[in-house]
Amino acid sequence: MIRLERRPETSRIMLWLTPVLALVLTILVGMVLFAMLGKDPLQTVAVIFVSPFSDLYNLSELLVKATPLILIAIGLSLGFRAGIWNIGAEGQFTIGALAGGAVGLAFHGTDGLWLMPLMWITGCAAGMAWAAIPAFLRTRFGANEILVSLMLVYVATLLLSALVTGPLRDPDGFNFPESRLFEGSAAMPLLMEGTRAHIGFFAALVAAFVAWLLLGRHVVGFQIRLLGEAPRAARFAGFVEARVIWFCLLVSGGLAGLAGLFEATGPVGQLVPSLPVGYGFTAIIVAFLGRLNPLGIIIAGFVMAVTYLGGEAAEITMQLPNAVTAVFQGLLLFFLLGMDVLSTYRFRLRRRVREVA
Amino acid sequence: MELAINIILGMMLAATPLLFAATGELVVERAGVLNLGVEGMMVIGAVAGFIVTAESGSHLAGIVGAAIAGAAMALLFGLMTQVLLANQVASGLALTIFGLGLSALLGSGYSGLSIPALARIEIPVLTDIPFFGPLLFRHEPMFYLSILLLVLTGWFLTRTRAGLILKAVGENHDAAHAIGHPVVLIRLLALAWGGALAGLGGAYLSIARTPLWSEEMTAGRGWIALAIVVFAGWRTNRALLGAYLFGGVTILQLHVQGLGIAIPSQYLSMLPYLVTIAVLVAISASPTRAMLRAPGSLGRTFHAQG
Repeated sequence: MIRLERRPETSRIMLWLTPVLALVLTILVGMVLFAMLGKDPLQTVAVIFVSPFSDLYNLSELLVKATPLILIAIGLSLGFRAGIWNIGAEGQFTIGALAGGAVGLAFHGTDGLWLMPLMWITGCAAGMAWAAIPAFLRTRFGANEILVSLMLVYVATLLLSALVTGPLRDPDGFNFPESRLFEGSAAMPLLMEGTRAHIGFFAALVAAFVAWLLLGRHVVGFQIRLLGEAPRAARFAGFVEARVIWFCLLVSGGLAGLAGLFEATGPVGQLVPSLPVGYGFTAIIVAFLGRLNPLGIIIAGFVMAVTYLGGEAAEITMQLPNAVTAVFQGLLLFFLLGMDVLSTYRFRLRRRVREVA
Repeated sequence: MELAINIILGMMLAATPLLFAATGELVVERAGVLNLGVEGMMVIGAVAGFIVTAESGSHLAGIVGAAIAGAAMALLFGLMTQVLLANQVASGLALTIFGLGLSALLGSGYSGLSIPALARIEIPVLTDIPFFGPLLFRHEPMFYLSILLLVLTGWFLTRTRAGLILKAVGENHDAAHAIGHPVVLIRLLALAWGGALAGLGGAYLSIARTPLWSEEMTAGRGWIALAIVVFAGWRTNRALLGAYLFGGVTILQLHVQGLGIAIPSQYLSMLPYLVTIAVLVAISASPTRAMLRAPGSLGRTFHAQG
């Protein structure tokens, strides 16, 4: 009989091997799924994983998709390490876009280099404020941050919809529920003309670098890790749990808000009710796929960006339903979590111990 | 009178899917497992119930199919958390993401189709009782089923030996293991029950309330069911109260919209979510410390030593 034995220490090799194994398993199961849908499995996998690299425009689209995923996942990973579950990043993303975007719309037609930073700060602060709600309710009243942050996603989505059909609606837009386009100083600077890749990607890299410094070199990072791995020890050591909760939620909210603003003023170009497309939830998968490690998250962000773009390509060339991408991503998270057992436990054959007379 | 009956009836209809899901999750959490994938199981139940009903023409088959589909999803979660010892919070999120994706994939050929709605059962004579007649004795069979399952669950948890063992496993899995109870098996059974009920909650939406399928039609109800379990302090009778309270909020919002008050509908649609937050805060902060009644081993991974 096979049984599990806890490893004295987490296996470093397995820690980095499991995401690769999980990805391979997901692709294999995905191929079975494609075959069941009546598509040639090999050809479909080829479309998904080759087309995103086919030309410069597709490569730039990888940056477009990876930027919000990395930004949000970096923030979430801090909380996940500490056992603080902000799963409402989608709401903070929406509110960041809404508040920062509203500033841009308020100064419609004015030019100035100051406008963009002002919008960034507003978007980031609004995301923080939205995440401060679960932080406050958790630290002050003990309300579960998972449920509160998630409920606020629905509230944020409805608020966006209410405002773009009301005060933020484009006055020349024939009553469509959408804002004016972000133009001139209010538009996200692009990395390259003719693409949608924007300078927000650098912000994602900076966030990852700062998170890496924080986790490895700063006392806050130590507190986060200790609280996640040994909460009782952390309390005995006199760490204030509430402070870590506030820190993790504010940082993840701020980064999600920033990601939302980038998305609205960059690739989308205006505020529309369909702005939140699930990056906040997919980023949870990115955080785990990247092993809650900043460098890992950058790689994972690109892997997930490939599944988005590849999924879109497969939708067009192979007539696959678009829900396949979401199934693919869900499977990936399952395999990841399931394979984790390999890094913390060892499989042992149970041997009967003989009494020696 | 007519209006009051309509409002209360609407509340009952809105509460039924929540009651199914909350009753199931309550058993799961009593066994010490936190399954955050209720939303995923519900939406799979909704799509499975709709597809089976549309293909077979039988509502009963659809209802059974939804329960089986929900239980299958829950066992997937059980495999992850009980056998492979994965983190319960993350696995629950995975179940929801996967369920939303899979249901959209399975249902892509069915959106826009319609099936005959589940017929009401009118109990003769009793229906004619003024006020209470139409409220209590003129419903779809799934409404009665939700009440029946709640009563059954309450009886099981408080009056049977098996229920007592289940609660013992939830309070302290190491102690329960030490005196010889099969912790993992009991938890898998509890999960299957919870999944089946979540599936029924979803099916109620897609074959009884509005007989059609649309993506993400559960709209966060699975998460509200989780909040109801906290609100109920893990006790069945209060789960009924919780579900009807949330059902009432949902229906109130519709009636206010119907009155034509000049406020954008989106703000009113926020109400159930805001009320959920308010209730969570009130419960968590109350001096009776509802949170202290949470099962002792809730959410912790069980790994038998030796």
